[in-house]
Amino acid sequence: MRVLVRDGLFTDGDPPALLGTHCAACGAVHFPRADACTYCATENPEPVELSRRGTLWAWTTVTAPPPGYQGEVPFGIGVVELPEGVRVISRLTESDPGALTEGQPMELRVVPLHQDDDGNDVVTYAFAPA
Amino acid sequence: MTGVTVAGVGLHPFGRFDGVSTTDMGVVAVRAALHEAGIGKGDFQAAFCGTAYGGVATGHKVLSRLGMTGMPIVDVEAGCASGGAALMLAAAAIRAGQYDTVLVFGTEKMPKGIIRSSFFEPWQEEAGLASTPAFFGLRAQRLCITSGVTKDHLARVVVKNRRHGAANPDAMYQKETTVEAVLGSRVVCEPLHLFMLCSPNEGAAALVLRRADLAPSGVTLAAAVLRSHIPGSVLSESTPLAGLAADDAPAPTTLAATAAYEEAGLGPADLHVVECQDTDAARELGSCEELGLCEPGGSAALLDSGATTLGGRLPVNPSGGLLSKGEPLGASALGQVAELVRQLRGECGPRQVEGARVALSHTVGRGANAGVVILTR
Repeated sequence: MRVLVRDGLFTDGDPPALLGTHCAACGAVHFPRADACTYCATENPEPVELSRRGTLWAWTTVTAPPPGYQGEVPFGIGVVELPEGVRVISRLTESDPGALTEGQPMELRVVPLHQDDDGNDVVTYAFAPA
Repeated sequence: MTGVTVAGVGLHPFGRFDGVSTTDMGVVAVRAALHEAGIGKGDFQAAFCGTAYGGVATGHKVLSRLGMTGMPIVDVEAGCASGGAALMLAAAAIRAGQYDTVLVFGTEKMPKGIIRSSFFEPWQEEAGLASTPAFFGLRAQRLCITSGVTKDHLARVVVKNRRHGAANPDAMYQKETTVEAVLGSRVVCEPLHLFMLCSPNEGAAALVLRRADLAPSGVTLAAAVLRSHIPGSVLSESTPLAGLAADDAPAPTTLAATAAYEEAGLGPADLHVVECQDTDAARELGSCEELGLCEPGGSAALLDSGATTLGGRLPVNPSGGLLSKGEPLGASALGQVAELVRQLRGECGPRQVEGARVALSHTVGRGANAGVVILTR
């Protein structure tokens, strides 16, 4: 079976989407969902799906397994800027930093991480060059 | 307002010490600070202990060993700024008239390797997003883009601090290095190579703070400020999953520095020596910008000018910084303050900043927490 690394962060459809909030009071879009707006503390911001496409703002490569991680290395981590004015930290499907450039179009994917103890395929969100 | 002075400082060297406990190191540092201040049992009314990995009642265990308990003993955790948070609380209590003498110390034995932080949720670890060096790498890359910083600059920060650290008997690394050696070490997270990252390690530091009239010959604590973050920056030490493209919130370091300059009635131009957070080489350059030691975007030029090297206009990290000393979270901020107290007393031998009378220390880390301390003499 396919399981999300954490429920409520993203949808696993085709296409997938990150689940964020939009604050009616201050207009800010945020990820992940929270009980109040991160920026102005207004309660119960509106749940929204974030744009699936954005542009690359920063990127690097993880070369050694970080604490608690059971997947493969190396893998990319970066920041993708979405049209609604939000920058999201995400895994990247590209782990060669030389293959990426600032501002290049990126698209959301759902990627496998590892198999858990029950044999489930654990998946998470990642951005790939579009 | 009641003035506060640092009446004594003490250190346990920073490094790796198998068989020496967190308590053992705290005892060494506290004993030395009390000795310098000329005080003992019954002479301080409260103790604040910075630690992140020490566990329950770290401070109590140290003071129990010394037979000095009964007063409030409070452990303080604020990530890399834990010692700065303890110092702020102690100074505020004296200024408020609650106490006249307070012991502040920090002691830490960090796990080896990449720091596993309970800050991260289990799913973040599982997804590979609990990689602290990756966040440092992303921040470093942005600094390269916004400030014209190159890998050569990053390597030269390491060479500078390791040269300073070679003259510090309390540092973990007391050997100089070269640009070639730094760039020849393996890449951990682009653009950062292994030698550009500080080593989490072990150590302790202690200070005795007193009401100024009780220790008039001490170094004056002109400001001790702690700030957290205003959300907005995706690469802030608050380590969010997202931020804003319209990223115009001041960094926690800038918030703390602005408040500290105001509290002390001083500005960056008045400083003679700085100890700042250099968890990685890019962090030192970013710290210089956020503390106002140069214009935003001006940190590469500041390094190029030689100003931040010993003998320059404003030496930064004359102790060798965390790149030479390593980083025991609870002790690192107070270790900086101990170095600066000694600098202001003119006790630092070959790494002495001549004529230093105004000093600033800075730590910033997860939370976000940023601590800025200003000392004068």
